[in-house]
Amino acid sequence: MAITHAHASGMGGMRAAGDLVARLQMTRGMKIAEAKKYVADKLKISIADLSDPVAMTEVRQDLQLGTMSPQPKDARGIEAKIRIAEALGVGINCVKRFKARAGLLF
Amino acid sequence: MTKIFTRYGDGTPAELSSAELMQDLEAGTKDAADRGKIPPLSKEELKHLFDIFASSCKFVSVDRGNEVILSYDAATLKIRRVGVAVDRIQALQIYEKIMGADTMELCHVDYSFKPLKPIVTMEQPVLEQALLSTHIPLFYGAMPNLGLYSQPDGPFPNPAELMPAGKIREAQESYAQTVSEAVRDIVFVAGAMYESGADGINIDTVGAAGDADFLAALLATQELKKRYPDICIEMGMAGEFVIGMHGELTYDGVRLAGLYPHDQLKLAQKAGVTIFGPVVNTNTTESSPWNVARATTFIKAAGKIAAIPMHPNMGMGVGGVPVNDHPPADIVSRASKAMVEICRLDGL
Repeated sequence: MAITHAHASGMGGMRAAGDLVARLQMTRGMKIAEAKKYVADKLKISIADLSDPVAMTEVRQDLQLGTMSPQPKDARGIEAKIRIAEALGVGINCVKRFKARAGLLF
Repeated sequence: MTKIFTRYGDGTPAELSSAELMQDLEAGTKDAADRGKIPPLSKEELKHLFDIFASSCKFVSVDRGNEVILSYDAATLKIRRVGVAVDRIQALQIYEKIMGADTMELCHVDYSFKPLKPIVTMEQPVLEQALLSTHIPLFYGAMPNLGLYSQPDGPFPNPAELMPAGKIREAQESYAQTVSEAVRDIVFVAGAMYESGADGINIDTVGAAGDADFLAALLATQELKKRYPDICIEMGMAGEFVIGMHGELTYDGVRLAGLYPHDQLKLAQKAGVTIFGPVVNTNTTESSPWNVARATTFIKAAGKIAAIPMHPNMGMGVGGVPVNDHPPADIVSRASKAMVEICRLDGL
Protein backbone atom coordinates (compact mmCIF):
# COMPACT_ATOMS: atom_id res chain seq x y z
CA MET A 1 0.00 0.00 0.00
CA ALA A 2 2.83 2.39 0.86
CA ILE A 3 4.34 1.68 -2.54
CA THR A 4 0.96 2.26 -4.22
CA HIS A 5 0.73 5.74 -2.68
CA ALA A 6 4.38 6.43 -3.56
CA HIS A 7 3.65 5.68 -7.22
CA ALA A 8 0.23 7.34 -7.32
CA SER A 9 0.96 10.58 -5.46
CA GLY A 10 4.46 10.67 -3.97
CA MET A 11 7.41 12.87 -4.85
CA GLY A 12 9.73 9.88 -4.96
CA GLY A 13 11.68 10.44 -1.78
CA MET A 14 15.42 10.69 -2.36
CA ARG A 15 15.00 9.27 -5.86
CA ALA A 16 13.92 12.85 -6.55
CA ALA A 17 13.42 15.72 -4.07
CA GLY A 18 10.66 14.42 -1.80
CA ASP A 19 12.86 14.43 1.29
CA LEU A 20 14.05 17.97 0.59
CA VAL A 21 10.53 19.37 0.17
CA ALA A 22 9.45 17.46 3.30
CA ARG A 23 12.13 19.25 5.31
CA LEU A 24 10.51 22.61 4.51
CA GLN A 25 7.12 21.35 5.67
CA MET A 26 8.71 20.07 8.86
CA THR A 27 11.03 22.94 9.74
CA ARG A 28 9.12 25.94 8.35
CA GLY A 29 5.54 24.63 8.28
CA MET A 30 5.31 25.44 4.57
CA LYS A 31 2.39 24.21 2.50
CA ILE A 32 3.30 22.07 -0.50
CA ALA A 33 3.38 24.75 -3.22
CA GLU A 34 5.50 27.11 -1.14
CA ALA A 35 7.84 24.30 -0.08
CA LYS A 36 8.36 23.13 -3.68
CA LYS A 37 9.09 26.66 -4.86
CA TYR A 38 11.54 27.24 -2.01
CA VAL A 39 13.51 24.08 -2.79
CA ALA A 40 13.45 24.68 -6.55
CA ASP A 41 14.72 28.25 -6.08
CA LYS A 42 17.48 27.15 -3.70
CA LEU A 43 18.65 24.40 -6.06
CA LYS A 44 18.17 26.63 -9.13
CA ILE A 45 15.97 24.08 -10.91
CA SER A 46 12.35 24.01 -12.09
CA ILE A 47 9.50 22.78 -9.90
CA ALA A 48 8.88 19.97 -12.42
CA ASP A 49 12.44 18.74 -11.87
CA LEU A 50 11.70 18.12 -8.18
CA SER A 51 9.70 14.98 -8.97
CA ASP A 52 11.96 13.81 -11.81
CA PRO A 53 14.42 11.13 -10.68
CA VAL A 54 16.70 11.60 -13.68
CA ALA A 55 17.06 15.35 -13.21
CA MET A 56 17.31 15.08 -9.45
CA THR A 57 19.93 12.34 -9.49
CA GLU A 58 22.21 14.73 -11.37
CA VAL A 59 21.45 17.59 -9.01
CA ARG A 60 21.95 15.43 -5.94
CA GLN A 61 25.16 14.02 -7.36
CA ASP A 62 26.51 17.49 -8.18
CA LEU A 63 25.64 18.93 -4.78
CA GLN A 64 26.42 15.72 -2.87
CA LEU A 65 22.97 15.58 -1.27
CA GLY A 66 22.87 11.79 -1.14
CA THR A 67 21.70 9.50 -3.95
CA MET A 68 19.95 6.15 -4.22
CA SER A 69 23.07 4.54 -5.67
CA PRO A 70 26.03 6.36 -4.10
CA GLN A 71 29.36 6.03 -5.86
CA PRO A 72 32.67 5.56 -4.02
CA LYS A 73 33.66 8.76 -2.16
CA ASP A 74 30.12 10.22 -2.42
CA ALA A 75 28.63 11.92 0.62
CA ARG A 76 26.12 9.69 2.36
CA GLY A 77 24.13 9.62 5.56
CA ILE A 78 25.05 12.42 7.95
CA GLU A 79 27.66 13.73 5.47
CA ALA A 80 24.93 14.34 2.90
CA LYS A 81 22.58 15.83 5.50
CA ILE A 82 25.19 18.44 6.42
CA ARG A 83 25.21 19.46 2.74
CA ILE A 84 21.37 19.39 2.58
CA ALA A 85 21.18 21.78 5.56
CA GLU A 86 23.61 24.15 3.83
CA ALA A 87 22.00 23.89 0.38
CA LEU A 88 18.49 24.55 1.67
CA GLY A 89 19.42 26.94 4.47
CA VAL A 90 17.44 24.93 7.02
CA GLY A 91 18.32 23.60 10.43
CA ILE A 92 18.49 19.81 10.64
CA ASN A 93 18.25 18.60 14.22
CA CYS A 94 20.63 15.66 13.94
CA VAL A 95 23.19 17.71 11.99
CA LYS A 96 23.32 20.32 14.76
CA ARG A 97 23.74 17.59 17.36
CA PHE A 98 26.33 15.73 15.27
CA LYS A 99 28.45 18.87 14.99
CA ALA A 100 28.12 19.57 18.71
CA ARG A 101 29.05 16.02 19.71
CA ALA A 102 31.93 15.86 17.25
CA GLY A 103 33.29 19.20 18.47
CA LEU A 104 33.07 20.68 14.98
CA LEU A 105 32.86 24.43 14.78
CA PHE A 106 31.68 24.92 11.17
CA MET B 1 -24.45 -1.17 -20.89
CA THR B 2 -20.78 -1.33 -19.81
CA LYS B 3 -20.30 -1.95 -16.13
CA ILE B 4 -17.58 -0.16 -14.18
CA PHE B 5 -15.36 -2.30 -11.99
CA THR B 6 -14.99 -1.11 -8.42
CA ARG B 7 -15.07 -2.53 -4.89
CA TYR B 8 -16.88 -2.34 -1.58
CA GLY B 9 -15.25 -0.86 1.51
CA ASP B 10 -13.95 -4.29 2.51
CA GLY B 11 -12.25 -4.76 -0.85
CA THR B 12 -14.86 -7.14 -2.31
CA PRO B 13 -15.15 -6.62 -6.10
CA ALA B 14 -18.31 -4.92 -7.39
CA GLU B 15 -19.70 -3.56 -10.64
CA LEU B 16 -21.66 -0.34 -11.07
CA SER B 17 -23.41 1.30 -14.00
CA SER B 18 -22.53 4.93 -14.75
CA ALA B 19 -25.73 6.07 -13.07
CA GLU B 20 -25.06 3.95 -10.00
CA LEU B 21 -21.51 5.28 -9.75
CA MET B 22 -22.72 8.88 -9.74
CA GLN B 23 -25.47 8.02 -7.24
CA ASP B 24 -22.88 6.55 -4.86
CA LEU B 25 -20.62 9.58 -5.20
CA GLU B 26 -23.52 11.92 -4.46
CA ALA B 27 -24.66 9.83 -1.50
CA GLY B 28 -21.14 9.69 -0.05
CA THR B 29 -20.59 13.43 -0.17
CA LYS B 30 -24.08 14.05 1.23
CA ASP B 31 -23.40 11.77 4.19
CA ALA B 32 -20.23 13.70 5.09
CA ALA B 33 -21.90 17.07 4.55
CA ASP B 34 -24.82 16.13 6.80
CA ARG B 35 -22.66 14.70 9.59
CA GLY B 36 -19.99 17.39 9.54
CA LYS B 37 -22.28 20.30 8.67
CA ILE B 38 -19.90 21.16 5.84
CA PRO B 39 -20.40 21.84 2.12
CA PRO B 40 -20.77 18.81 -0.19
CA LEU B 41 -18.48 18.40 -3.18
CA SER B 42 -19.35 20.55 -6.20
CA LYS B 43 -20.65 19.12 -9.48
CA GLU B 44 -17.21 19.60 -11.03
CA GLU B 45 -15.53 17.72 -8.18
CA LEU B 46 -18.05 14.90 -8.43
CA LYS B 47 -17.39 14.74 -12.17
CA HIS B 48 -13.65 14.53 -11.47
CA LEU B 49 -14.26 11.67 -9.03
CA PHE B 50 -16.54 10.01 -11.60
CA ASP B 51 -13.75 10.13 -14.20
CA ILE B 52 -11.25 8.67 -11.73
CA PHE B 53 -13.53 5.73 -10.89
CA ALA B 54 -14.79 5.22 -14.45
CA SER B 55 -11.27 4.79 -15.78
CA SER B 56 -10.62 1.27 -17.01
CA CYS B 57 -6.99 1.52 -15.91
CA LYS B 58 -5.96 -0.82 -13.15
CA PHE B 59 -3.79 1.92 -11.63
CA VAL B 60 -4.17 5.70 -11.76
CA SER B 61 -1.99 8.53 -10.50
CA VAL B 62 -2.05 12.28 -9.88
CA ASP B 63 -1.32 14.53 -12.84
CA ARG B 64 2.32 15.50 -13.28
CA GLY B 65 3.11 18.37 -10.90
CA ASN B 66 0.50 17.39 -8.30
CA GLU B 67 2.82 15.09 -6.33
CA VAL B 68 2.80 15.46 -2.52
CA ILE B 69 4.88 14.43 0.48
CA LEU B 70 4.29 11.03 2.05
CA SER B 71 4.73 10.40 5.77
CA TYR B 72 4.40 6.94 7.32
CA ASP B 73 3.11 6.07 10.77
CA ALA B 74 4.55 3.06 12.62
CA ALA B 75 6.82 2.33 9.69
CA THR B 76 9.36 0.01 11.29
CA LEU B 77 6.58 -1.83 13.10
CA LYS B 78 4.86 -2.66 9.82
CA ILE B 79 7.98 -4.24 8.35
CA ARG B 80 8.09 -6.62 11.33
CA ARG B 81 4.33 -7.20 11.19
CA VAL B 82 4.55 -8.68 7.71
CA GLY B 83 7.25 -11.04 8.87
CA VAL B 84 10.29 -9.48 7.24
CA ALA B 85 13.05 -10.34 9.69
CA VAL B 86 15.18 -7.23 9.60
CA ASP B 87 16.44 -4.85 12.24
CA ARG B 88 14.70 -1.49 12.57
CA ILE B 89 17.54 0.46 10.97
CA GLN B 90 17.42 -1.92 8.02
CA ALA B 91 13.65 -1.39 7.90
CA LEU B 92 14.23 2.36 7.66
CA GLN B 93 16.71 1.82 4.84
CA ILE B 94 14.06 -0.24 3.04
CA TYR B 95 11.60 2.65 3.30
CA GLU B 96 14.23 5.13 2.15
CA LYS B 97 15.92 3.23 -0.65
CA ILE B 98 13.28 0.78 -1.88
CA MET B 99 9.85 2.22 -1.14
CA GLY B 100 10.44 5.80 -2.28
CA ALA B 101 9.43 7.29 1.08
CA ASP B 102 9.73 11.06 1.52
CA THR B 103 9.90 10.76 5.31
CA MET B 104 9.97 7.77 7.64
CA GLU B 105 9.34 6.85 11.23
CA LEU B 106 11.21 4.83 13.84
CA CYS B 107 8.97 3.17 16.38
CA HIS B 108 8.81 0.35 18.91
CA VAL B 109 6.49 -2.65 18.55
CA ASP B 110 4.81 -1.56 21.79
CA TYR B 111 3.59 1.59 20.06
CA SER B 112 2.50 3.70 23.06
CA PHE B 113 4.35 6.42 24.97
CA LYS B 114 3.75 4.88 28.40
CA PRO B 115 5.69 1.61 27.88
CA LEU B 116 8.45 3.54 26.11
CA LYS B 117 9.24 5.67 29.13
CA PRO B 118 11.31 3.04 31.00
CA ILE B 119 13.14 1.93 27.84
CA VAL B 120 13.71 5.30 26.21
CA THR B 121 17.46 5.07 26.78
CA MET B 122 17.39 1.89 24.66
CA GLU B 123 15.46 3.69 21.92
CA GLN B 124 17.71 6.75 21.74
CA PRO B 125 20.88 4.94 20.52
CA VAL B 126 18.89 3.18 17.78
CA LEU B 127 17.60 6.55 16.57
CA GLU B 128 21.04 8.15 16.83
CA GLN B 129 22.62 5.33 14.83
CA ALA B 130 19.85 5.42 12.21
CA LEU B 131 20.33 9.16 11.77
CA LEU B 132 23.99 8.67 10.90
CA SER B 133 23.29 6.37 7.96
CA THR B 134 19.99 7.62 6.52
CA HIS B 135 19.14 10.73 4.50
CA ILE B 136 15.42 11.49 4.57
CA PRO B 137 13.62 13.10 7.56
CA LEU B 138 13.12 10.66 10.41
CA PHE B 139 10.23 10.85 12.87
CA TYR B 140 9.92 8.97 16.13
CA GLY B 141 6.34 7.97 16.81
CA ALA B 142 3.96 6.41 19.30
CA MET B 143 0.38 6.67 20.57
CA PRO B 144 -0.97 8.48 23.67
CA ASN B 145 -3.13 5.37 24.27
CA LEU B 146 -4.88 6.47 27.44
CA GLY B 147 -6.36 3.01 27.82
CA LEU B 148 -3.08 1.99 29.45
CA TYR B 149 -3.61 4.37 32.38
CA SER B 150 -6.67 2.66 33.88
CA GLN B 151 -6.80 -0.56 35.89
CA PRO B 152 -5.62 -3.28 35.46
CA ASP B 153 -2.90 -1.73 33.23
CA GLY B 154 -2.61 1.58 35.08
CA PRO B 155 -3.24 3.32 38.38
CA PHE B 156 -6.71 4.79 37.85
CA PRO B 157 -10.14 3.15 38.28
CA ASN B 158 -11.41 1.75 34.99
CA PRO B 159 -14.08 4.06 33.50
CA ALA B 160 -15.39 1.19 31.39
CA GLU B 161 -16.33 -0.57 34.64
CA LEU B 162 -17.56 2.56 36.42
CA MET B 163 -19.90 3.69 33.62
CA PRO B 164 -22.06 0.52 33.50
CA ALA B 165 -22.31 0.73 37.29
CA GLY B 166 -23.86 4.17 36.92
CA LYS B 167 -20.83 5.94 38.42
CA ILE B 168 -20.65 8.57 35.70
CA ARG B 169 -18.95 11.30 37.73
CA GLU B 170 -16.35 8.84 39.04
CA ALA B 171 -15.66 7.62 35.50
CA GLN B 172 -15.20 11.20 34.30
CA GLU B 173 -12.81 11.95 37.17
CA SER B 174 -10.78 8.87 36.30
CA TYR B 175 -10.56 9.90 32.63
CA ALA B 176 -9.49 13.40 33.59
CA GLN B 177 -6.75 12.07 35.89
CA THR B 178 -5.21 10.00 33.11
CA VAL B 179 -4.57 13.11 31.02
CA SER B 180 -1.80 14.66 33.14
CA GLU B 181 -0.02 11.28 33.46
CA ALA B 182 -0.14 10.73 29.71
CA VAL B 183 1.10 14.26 28.99
CA ARG B 184 4.05 13.67 31.29
CA ASP B 185 4.96 10.41 29.51
CA ILE B 186 4.57 11.88 26.00
CA VAL B 187 6.70 14.92 26.83
CA PHE B 188 9.36 12.76 28.51
CA VAL B 189 9.72 10.30 25.61
CA ALA B 190 9.29 12.84 22.80
CA GLY B 191 11.74 15.23 24.46
CA ALA B 192 14.34 12.50 24.82
CA MET B 193 14.00 11.43 21.18
CA TYR B 194 14.13 15.02 19.95
CA GLU B 195 17.26 15.64 22.00
CA SER B 196 18.75 12.56 20.32
CA GLY B 197 18.22 14.18 16.93
CA ALA B 198 14.77 13.12 15.65
CA ASP B 199 13.57 15.35 12.81
CA GLY B 200 10.06 15.16 14.16
CA ILE B 201 7.73 13.48 16.63
CA ASN B 202 4.60 11.70 15.43
CA ILE B 203 1.88 11.63 18.06
CA ASP B 204 -0.18 8.97 16.37
CA THR B 205 -3.64 7.41 16.60
CA VAL B 206 -4.79 10.35 18.69
CA GLY B 207 -8.25 10.06 20.18
CA ALA B 208 -8.25 6.25 20.14
CA ALA B 209 -9.37 6.33 23.78
CA GLY B 210 -11.72 9.27 23.28
CA ASP B 211 -11.70 12.93 24.17
CA ALA B 212 -9.21 12.57 27.06
CA ASP B 213 -6.77 10.98 24.59
CA PHE B 214 -7.11 13.97 22.22
CA LEU B 215 -6.71 16.42 25.11
CA ALA B 216 -3.51 14.69 26.26
CA ALA B 217 -2.05 14.97 22.76
CA LEU B 218 -2.93 18.66 22.49
CA LEU B 219 -1.48 19.51 25.91
CA ALA B 220 1.67 17.47 25.23
CA THR B 221 2.13 19.29 21.92
CA GLN B 222 1.75 22.63 23.65
CA GLU B 223 4.35 21.70 26.27
CA LEU B 224 6.80 20.28 23.73
CA LYS B 225 6.58 23.44 21.59
CA LYS B 226 7.23 25.50 24.70
CA ARG B 227 10.34 23.48 25.57
CA TYR B 228 11.57 23.03 22.00
CA PRO B 229 10.26 25.85 19.77
CA ASP B 230 11.73 24.30 16.59
CA ILE B 231 10.32 20.80 17.13
CA CYS B 232 8.18 19.34 14.34
CA ILE B 233 5.11 17.54 15.62
CA GLU B 234 2.84 15.54 13.40
CA MET B 235 -0.52 14.63 14.91
CA GLY B 236 -2.27 11.66 13.34
CA MET B 237 -5.82 10.99 14.40
CA ALA B 238 -7.43 7.63 15.21
CA GLY B 239 -10.88 8.24 13.76
CA GLU B 240 -13.00 10.84 12.02
CA PHE B 241 -14.97 11.71 15.16
CA VAL B 242 -13.68 12.36 18.70
CA ILE B 243 -15.61 9.97 20.88
CA GLY B 244 -16.94 11.57 24.06
CA MET B 245 -15.81 8.94 26.54
CA HIS B 246 -15.68 11.72 29.14
CA GLY B 247 -17.99 14.05 27.29
CA GLU B 248 -17.19 17.38 28.90
CA LEU B 249 -13.45 17.86 28.39
CA THR B 250 -12.43 21.07 26.65
CA TYR B 251 -9.32 22.61 25.10
CA ASP B 252 -9.17 26.38 24.70
CA GLY B 253 -12.85 26.51 25.63
CA VAL B 254 -13.93 24.05 22.93
CA ARG B 255 -15.61 20.78 23.88
CA LEU B 256 -13.65 17.94 22.33
CA ALA B 257 -16.36 15.29 22.13
CA GLY B 258 -17.93 15.10 18.70
CA LEU B 259 -15.39 17.10 16.73
CA TYR B 260 -14.92 16.22 13.07
CA PRO B 261 -11.62 16.80 11.15
CA HIS B 262 -12.17 20.49 10.28
CA ASP B 263 -12.74 21.33 13.96
CA GLN B 264 -9.96 19.01 15.20
CA LEU B 265 -7.58 20.86 12.87
CA LYS B 266 -8.34 24.24 14.48
CA LEU B 267 -7.34 22.95 17.92
CA ALA B 268 -4.26 21.15 16.58
CA GLN B 269 -3.10 24.42 15.02
CA LYS B 270 -3.66 26.29 18.29
CA ALA B 271 -1.65 23.71 20.21
CA GLY B 272 1.32 24.10 17.84
CA VAL B 273 1.05 21.00 15.65
CA THR B 274 3.28 21.25 12.55
CA ILE B 275 1.56 18.64 10.33
CA PHE B 276 -2.00 17.43 10.90
CA GLY B 277 -3.16 13.97 9.87
CA PRO B 278 -6.96 13.72 9.88
CA VAL B 279 -8.85 10.46 9.47
CA VAL B 280 -12.08 9.49 7.76
CA ASN B 281 -13.18 5.92 8.42
CA THR B 282 -14.10 3.51 5.63
CA ASN B 283 -17.57 1.94 5.66
CA THR B 284 -17.21 -1.71 4.59
CA THR B 285 -20.79 -2.08 3.36
CA GLU B 286 -20.72 0.89 1.01
CA SER B 287 -18.85 1.10 -2.29
CA SER B 288 -15.37 2.60 -2.68
CA PRO B 289 -16.76 5.56 -4.71
CA TRP B 290 -19.18 6.28 -1.84
CA ASN B 291 -16.32 6.07 0.68
CA VAL B 292 -13.90 8.22 -1.33
CA ALA B 293 -16.54 10.89 -1.98
CA ARG B 294 -17.33 10.94 1.72
CA ALA B 295 -13.66 11.07 2.78
CA THR B 296 -12.74 13.83 0.34
CA THR B 297 -15.69 15.93 1.50
CA PHE B 298 -14.48 15.85 5.10
CA ILE B 299 -10.83 16.42 4.24
CA LYS B 300 -11.56 19.20 1.76
CA ALA B 301 -13.40 21.13 4.48
CA ALA B 302 -10.37 20.82 6.75
CA GLY B 303 -7.88 21.58 3.99
CA LYS B 304 -9.70 24.76 3.07
CA ILE B 305 -8.98 26.32 6.48
CA ALA B 306 -5.61 24.69 7.20
CA ALA B 307 -2.73 27.09 7.80
CA ILE B 308 -0.40 24.12 8.40
CA PRO B 309 0.46 21.19 6.11
CA MET B 310 -2.08 18.36 6.16
CA HIS B 311 -1.26 14.68 5.60
CA PRO B 312 -4.60 12.78 5.83
CA ASN B 313 -4.35 9.13 6.84
CA MET B 314 -4.68 6.87 3.81
CA GLY B 315 -3.80 3.51 5.29
CA MET B 316 -5.91 0.39 5.53
CA GLY B 317 -9.50 1.27 6.48
CA VAL B 318 -9.27 5.06 6.28
CA GLY B 319 -9.45 7.76 3.62
CA GLY B 320 -11.51 5.55 1.31
CA VAL B 321 -8.90 2.76 1.37
CA PRO B 322 -10.59 -0.64 1.82
CA VAL B 323 -10.57 -2.45 5.16
CA ASN B 324 -8.38 -5.33 4.09
CA ASP B 325 -4.90 -6.49 5.03
CA HIS B 326 -3.98 -6.26 1.37
CA PRO B 327 -5.66 -3.13 -0.01
CA PRO B 328 -5.90 -3.47 -3.81
CA ALA B 329 -3.85 -1.01 -5.86
CA ASP B 330 -6.83 -0.20 -8.12
CA ILE B 331 -8.77 1.44 -5.30
CA VAL B 332 -5.79 2.71 -3.26
CA SER B 333 -4.44 4.55 -6.30
CA ARG B 334 -7.90 6.03 -7.03
CA ALA B 335 -8.32 7.13 -3.41
CA SER B 336 -4.80 8.56 -3.45
CA LYS B 337 -5.37 10.60 -6.62
CA ALA B 338 -8.82 11.73 -5.53
CA MET B 339 -7.67 12.87 -2.11
CA VAL B 340 -4.72 14.85 -3.45
CA GLU B 341 -6.52 16.47 -6.38
CA ILE B 342 -9.90 17.23 -4.78
CA CYS B 343 -8.52 18.42 -1.45
CA ARG B 344 -5.36 20.22 -2.65
CA LEU B 345 -3.28 18.52 0.00
CA ASP B 346 0.31 18.83 1.20
CA GLY B 347 0.85 15.15 1.76
CA LEU B 348 -0.60 11.79 2.76
